Amino acid sequence: MMQLTAWAILLPLIAGFLLLFARIGGLRLQRSLNLLVVLGLVFISFELVKLSLTGVHQVYLSGNWIAPFGIVFVLDQLSALMLLITALLALGALWYAIATKYDQKGSHFHVLFQLQLFGLNGAFLTGDLFNLFVFFEVLLLASYGLLLHGNGRLRTKAGLHYVVINLIGSTLFLFAVGALYGALGTLNIADMAAKISIAPAEDLGLIAAAGLLLLVVFGVKAAMFPLYLWLPSAYSHTSAPVAALFAIMTKVGIYSIIRVHGTIFGIEAGDLASFYTPWVLGLGLITLLLAAFGVMASRGLREQVAYLVLASVATLLIGVGLNSPQALAATLYYLMHSTLIAGGMFLLADVISRGRGVHEDRYESAPIMPNAILIGSVFMFGAVAMTGMPPLSGFFGKVLILAAALDNVWFFSVLGVILVSSLLMIIAMARAGSLLFYRTQPVNVLPGEPLNRAAFSAVIGLLAASPILVIFANPITAYTESVAIQVFDSATYIEAVLSTPATQKAE
Amino acid sequence: MEWLMAIVIGVMTSAGVYLTLRARTFPVVLGLTLLAYAVNVFLFVMGRLTIGQPAVIDAAATGYADPLPQALVLTAIVIAFGMTAFLIVLALKARGEMGNDHVDGLHLADDERLVEQTPSQTSQETKL
Repeated sequence: MMQLTAWAILLPLIAGFLLLFARIGGLRLQRSLNLLVVLGLVFISFELVKLSLTGVHQVYLSGNWIAPFGIVFVLDQLSALMLLITALLALGALWYAIATKYDQKGSHFHVLFQLQLFGLNGAFLTGDLFNLFVFFEVLLLASYGLLLHGNGRLRTKAGLHYVVINLIGSTLFLFAVGALYGALGTLNIADMAAKISIAPAEDLGLIAAAGLLLLVVFGVKAAMFPLYLWLPSAYSHTSAPVAALFAIMTKVGIYSIIRVHGTIFGIEAGDLASFYTPWVLGLGLITLLLAAFGVMASRGLREQVAYLVLASVATLLIGVGLNSPQALAATLYYLMHSTLIAGGMFLLADVISRGRGVHEDRYESAPIMPNAILIGSVFMFGAVAMTGMPPLSGFFGKVLILAAALDNVWFFSVLGVILVSSLLMIIAMARAGSLLFYRTQPVNVLPGEPLNRAAFSAVIGLLAASPILVIFANPITAYTESVAIQVFDSATYIEAVLSTPATQKAE
Repeated sequence: MEWLMAIVIGVMTSAGVYLTLRARTFPVVLGLTLLAYAVNVFLFVMGRLTIGQPAVIDAAATGYADPLPQALVLTAIVIAFGMTAFLIVLALKARGEMGNDHVDGLHLADDERLVEQTPSQTSQETKL
């Protein structure tokens, strides 16, 4: 079963190269191959989730080199969960891209899509800090291509900003990795965590600085204040399927903070134990407030959804910053919800934009779009889920996070910021809905293209995650709790990684 | 020698930061390249400075140079090289599409007007 872990990374890589050659066979072949591989990834990640439920860390030694010397891939419940969310989101985004024929707008959409999944899955599975950097670069390079797919002046401008800020982030990542290697003499995350408790006192300052530098890098990915300015323009100017897939990209930053900081600066790190959490919590609170203002101030639906993504990331940062297994369990529940719903909302914004013709998604009076009642109901549903109103999953996620914050000294700030920002977002979404669906012009001509039912099914599919998360809330929260307990038990992680023996050749 | 390396890295980084903050795309590309050079040297130095020591196992050796940073630097150089190439192409595309090489494209007011022109004209047509 060890091989299955490796296949979650290898399959998209091989598929990416195959798709490059499949261009000769035409778009049809590329589409079916890509869809088949994504379905395969969904299957693999379901299997991996089942496998991880045993609570044993599955360690894959690449090249059969034992742990601190070789690169290891570690599958635990958290990685398995992230893989599953990625695969499901990718399925929805890909289906939408195929149904709207978006992939025809330029070559290599399918190749880049698979390489993006390769980078994402690798980042979620690797147990080595430098390898994490390499997978970050892979997923970033693929994302540059996807972001710029299709054309447009504003897209190029937003893409340029996105590329430059991520290149600076990569440079900072290398500085942090170099400093940590200089101080600890290892790059394996488990080994670093083991070495940090015996590091000499004069090195602690350097290690803390490197740790905070890493937080900046992951903050750029996760769009943490003050590093979030690239997100709204990049997400709102790119195409809908790509924006939907990018809903997982910010979560890579969150995952990295949980994995790298949570393990290296865990409870056993001596003086540096959890020294980063006040930063994450405080910056998360500021990000959430600014995101709520951004939601209020948006002039178009796509921009608004981008700010809603920012708000969900900020809520996740708060959950991580609370730093308890209970809070982490709530955070992971909210992460599942927010990733899939945000993906669905980006697709829905595109459906609305197509239905309104030249008015696109801007908040201005336009003729009634085709199938306005159906689209409007789905919009209402998505808005309720996204802003966190009962009875959908956003509400439960926020309640769980607030319940976990009860014992924290920051409780009243957390409570105030989350509730006020939710109120602002509810007001803004109500305004958006009434502008889009009620303030219409009495014109007999339908302005936009008719509803693409195949594409719309992708929206429904992703938004269906919300009622599922509510109906099965009990088993799912039990699962996220077991994930959180496993993440906080970093001693077992370190033990599992460092003690895995190399497989012996059969004599 | 540590002092010399520290000064070299510091000067390269500060020059890189200065150029990255410029408003035209070409200096930004140069700045990112300088930052990449600085971080490569920094990574290399993190294995400590040793002279004349073998990096791989040698029976006659008295000590070893750390081989890992050399491998890391090699990876980092390749990645930075690819990224710079991509950024140059993107900067050229931006120059072609936006009409100048300012990182924000045209003057902001022009930009907004261009965006708003199309829909307002068409909405008047539909009203008529």
